[in-house]
Amino acid sequence: MLTGLPVILVLALFLTLLVRSWPLLSTKPLSQLLSNQAWLPAEGQFNFLPFISGTLWVTITALIIAVPPCLLVIIYLSEYAHRSIREMMKPVLDLLAAIPSVVYGVWGVLVVVPFVLQLSLLTHKYLGFIPILSSNNPTGYSILAGSIVLAIMIGPFIIAMGFEVLRAVPDGYRQASLSVGATRWETIKFVLLPKTVSGIIAAIVMGAARALGETMAVLMVVGNVAHLPASIFDPAYPLPALIANNFGEMLSIPLYDSALMTAAFILFILVLIFNIFASLMLRRIIQRVAV
Amino acid sequence: MRQSHLKIRHLEEYIVKVLMVLSLAVVVACAAFILFTILYKGLPALNWAMITQTSSGGYYLGQQGGILNAILGSIYLAGGGTLLALIPGIPLALFLHTDHHDSAWVKLVQLSLDTLTGIPSIVYGAFGFTIMVALRLRASLLAGIITLAFLELPILTRAINEVIRMVPEELEHASLGLGATVLETKIQVVVRQILPGLITAVQLAFGRAIGDAASVLFTAGYTDRIPVSLFQPVASLPLAVFYQMNTPFPAVQQRAYASALLLTLIVLVISLGSRLLSARLSRFIIK
Repeated sequence: MLTGLPVILVLALFLTLLVRSWPLLSTKPLSQLLSNQAWLPAEGQFNFLPFISGTLWVTITALIIAVPPCLLVIIYLSEYAHRSIREMMKPVLDLLAAIPSVVYGVWGVLVVVPFVLQLSLLTHKYLGFIPILSSNNPTGYSILAGSIVLAIMIGPFIIAMGFEVLRAVPDGYRQASLSVGATRWETIKFVLLPKTVSGIIAAIVMGAARALGETMAVLMVVGNVAHLPASIFDPAYPLPALIANNFGEMLSIPLYDSALMTAAFILFILVLIFNIFASLMLRRIIQRVAV
Repeated sequence: MRQSHLKIRHLEEYIVKVLMVLSLAVVVACAAFILFTILYKGLPALNWAMITQTSSGGYYLGQQGGILNAILGSIYLAGGGTLLALIPGIPLALFLHTDHHDSAWVKLVQLSLDTLTGIPSIVYGAFGFTIMVALRLRASLLAGIITLAFLELPILTRAINEVIRMVPEELEHASLGLGATVLETKIQVVVRQILPGLITAVQLAFGRAIGDAASVLFTAGYTDRIPVSLFQPVASLPLAVFYQMNTPFPAVQQRAYASALLLTLIVLVISLGSRLLSARLSRFIIK
């Protein structure tokens, strides 16, 4: 019984959210709820496209910012860095992982939002002809601000997991490659990365799953406007922010609470898919690589 | 020809290495920048009243008071959540450790734990809220503790599981071979061996819980008073930061910075303290 607790808990989460979403889900087909734009609680219109697209915009932009430097740091720490540098970086990464989400939010409001505002003015002037870089009525509270904060938050997780994956490759592979004359970088490029690519993807997917669900920090800097964003300087309204902002006032309008539970349900399913995919992949690669 | 080819190969390596060091510098700079901003903005606004007084009615309009209610509230919430999560967490970790490693059931339990670790705290918040309503509770310390326990359970279990894995079987065999009973072995050998790691595990879960706002947003409520019963609503430090940030008054926003600094300090002090304690206890570990 006790050992089944995690399994039961996953099922309980799934069923609870499903049952509480049902009043809304039973009114319209899911395909309509996910593909229509209108979010008008007073008129009983609850469609999730703006929030799903907000979530995806913020998450994907955060990944684009975070992944390249994270990969470089993973490779450096695993293959080049002296032990002392590795020891020194551990507390830095622990610190970044330990800072509470709301503190990231405060930092975002103080630093990232003004920075993005200046940046948006500049890019609008010189690169405004590119649709995703243009900005009308910029405030700084935007997808880019949310993504920068998110990138810093998920970075340490991607680095920690990717590092584990690279370290799991036995030294024999490195020695074999080096001894036939490859440089260290060639060893990484032609031996280590191809061997661990699925593990590194899994690490990135897990980072993405964290980004999908991050609430407070994003909520504080992303602007929270329910529309379809067209530029990284537009505000957005991700699913977690929708839930957090509206939970208190939901009881007076029919179906509103069910709509917010549906938002939580969509989020749960998204994260579930990402995580199961990633952890199956990680388990397999660690078993296969570490002979 | 060969020479120049070799040069290009080394040049490529050199460029990548420069990029790597730059990336590493960016990571360190981010950490430093965040700490610096919070210190720089938070320190001037920090004063004794903030940590020794509770909020009064006009506090969020800029009047006198402090956030003792939120500080204590957060410690109650995270402490209660950690204790509640430890009750199933320790036996669960022990089960995952014992010898049926490869059974399909253990794999399913492991996968469920992985899944639970990744579930966003806002989803736990919505789930906890539903349970709270089903139990006919209102937003209260108890509801917040239950929600946080859900959030902490997978973190604790996985961390404890890692620790127990570190106990070599030979150690138990040696103890048993010397004539100790199973219970004596568990208490005097195994527990001593895992204690430092256990402290780290508890600190991880506690630190996650004390900084989490999304899960207690609907379940713990918010109040100016310090709760004296499990059924009263309770304030929390992350929410105090959030609400103060959202006021239009610069003086109150200043206090949000100071509260953010306090929250960061609490998390760091707990992390550092547990590290020191765990290092001290590690002297008794057989590696």
